[in-house]
Amino acid sequence: MPLLEVTDLRTSFHTRTGVTRAVDGVSFSLERGETLGIVGESGSGKSVTCYSILGLIPQPPGRIEGGSAVFAGTDLLRCRPEEARALRGKRIAMIFQDPMTSLNPYLRIGDQLIEPLLIHERLPREEARRRGLAMLEAVGINDAARRLDLYPHEFSGGMRQRVMIAMALITKPELLIADEPTTALDVTVQAQILELIRKMQRELGMAVIFITHDLGVVSGLCDRVQVMYAGRIVETADTRTLFHAPRHPYTRALQRSIPALQAKGATLYTIPGLPPDLSRPVPGCAFAARCEHANDACRAERPALRAAAPGHLHACLRAHAGEL
Amino acid sequence: MSETILELRDVKTHFPLHRGLIFRRDAGTVKAVDGVSLSVRRGEVLGLVGESGCGKSTLARTILQLLPTTAGAVLLGGRNLTAAGAEEVRAARRDLQMIFQDPYASLNPRMTVFDTLAEPLRVHRVCTAEEIPARVHRLMERVGLAPRFLRKYPHEFSGGQRQRIAIARALALEPRIVVADEPVSALDVSIQAQILNLLAGLCREMDLTLIFIAHDLSVVKHISDRVAVMYLGRIVELGAAADVIERPQHPYTRALVSAIPVPDPDVERTRQRLVLPGDPPSPINPPPGCAFHPRCAYAVARCREAVPPLIPAGPAREAACVRLGEL
Repeated sequence: MPLLEVTDLRTSFHTRTGVTRAVDGVSFSLERGETLGIVGESGSGKSVTCYSILGLIPQPPGRIEGGSAVFAGTDLLRCRPEEARALRGKRIAMIFQDPMTSLNPYLRIGDQLIEPLLIHERLPREEARRRGLAMLEAVGINDAARRLDLYPHEFSGGMRQRVMIAMALITKPELLIADEPTTALDVTVQAQILELIRKMQRELGMAVIFITHDLGVVSGLCDRVQVMYAGRIVETADTRTLFHAPRHPYTRALQRSIPALQAKGATLYTIPGLPPDLSRPVPGCAFAARCEHANDACRAERPALRAAAPGHLHACLRAHAGEL
Repeated sequence: MSETILELRDVKTHFPLHRGLIFRRDAGTVKAVDGVSLSVRRGEVLGLVGESGCGKSTLARTILQLLPTTAGAVLLGGRNLTAAGAEEVRAARRDLQMIFQDPYASLNPRMTVFDTLAEPLRVHRVCTAEEIPARVHRLMERVGLAPRFLRKYPHEFSGGQRQRIAIARALALEPRIVVADEPVSALDVSIQAQILNLLAGLCREMDLTLIFIAHDLSVVKHISDRVAVMYLGRIVELGAAADVIERPQHPYTRALVSAIPVPDPDVERTRQRLVLPGDPPSPINPPPGCAFHPRCAYAVARCREAVPPLIPAGPAREAACVRLGEL
């Protein structure tokens, strides 16, 4: 049985200007210890997918329209709130993009760090503090004993993200969801944080969902990647296959627009047009309007995510027909 | 070799720090830019890279005289801007324009696209009022925006389109030099590629000199002819872009290059990574000698003694490291 099984998840936002279908029928599963990368541009629904699973979507304006997300036998979308709370922060942990806004500026680092232990494991303070200290040392913060009593503003961006990771991992979760954890950081600090996530994953054997827009980060970290566009998964495969033999035109276009993979000075490939407006759903493939291979069938019929090879699924009619 | 269009001579931009509200006392100095010398050639794209806090944005603002220079000289076509009066600096801005990182903050939300693009033409009186609409139309075409957008306001545009408007505004005065401060870092990859192509095309067509600031080395390598690497207010390495990034010599550049994840799983999983320990030091209290020595794997005693100057390191290459020959 997979650790997490998401089936036909649909989340929308009801606003004055209409209904935005941010996540529109997403299904995937995750095995224990596996690292899954979710790649997509802003507005593709990669963060909303994970926030929905964790029950972090503000309702209203958000609404989970349907689907299920079964984590170790419990449907996170339908269980009682206290059941979800018992899992969240203990067996499932999350780290966010911006470590400054996700730490409480009024609380000392130590107090925030040990909160999950006090709540979920009901440890005595002394014991929790001892584990907090060990965890801070494990994520590579020097002079940890003194730093437990500092406030977030006294830490640099990279150190704050280390604290966030320590806080997420202190209860030894089985699943870590990381939402662009290195986007706000410098490359050298990003390299430190990625190394740390790799190390902690080896030690704890947890599964990781890594949300990012950076294909470079995915290539070194993830076992499997899924690419999202306009609230749907358009392609998923193991990392090597996705990079070396992508089938969906959007995945290919994304890859071709990265400067690192192009000859220097050559004109970069660009995807014409703009991402679609999710409050005005189109009948066919959401990418058809920007796709150089789209034909009438693409604009008429919504393509399903189907297997092209074992473990390699994509949602392109023409690629399935063998035309691409 | 083509002529030098902009020259920086030992430029320093320091910010004094104060403590206390009523009884202000000095509490040190932030040495954001601390002795940068650089000549920019006409028509080239010069990339400026470094981590946050290394002084690259301060340097950009210093070049445009948006910040007072503490010491040194900024020479535009031989004219020293640091010694010039306000009127002269303003006139120089016809030749020297800037594109900012955040297209959500750099456009006035209460001005239409037309007004935004017409303003520099009016301020600098470059043409008569009757000629303005035609010139604005040409600018819109140049950056790939449809003229029907002219009456719209910035909030009606996406990030990529806004950045096109900001580029059009910078080009309105037909400047000789454009300084672009992280112009693509706020954009998604597919949009980033569009803006990079646009900038590269404009440089070719308009004989423009571009100073391109970014923290993303792959973007800089793609667009730049030469690249300067900054660390804590100083240039530590300088040379042809592909050469510096493919064969970095300064230990800091090596670490920076090694930190970029490669979007190819086979390469990424087998390559040797140099993970740099710690964070960049504070520019208030920089370490003595080479500012990089506390994080450098190759540091020896003499690295702590004096600030290493930029010395030749191969053809058209310079690096500021005392151990260059030994590494």
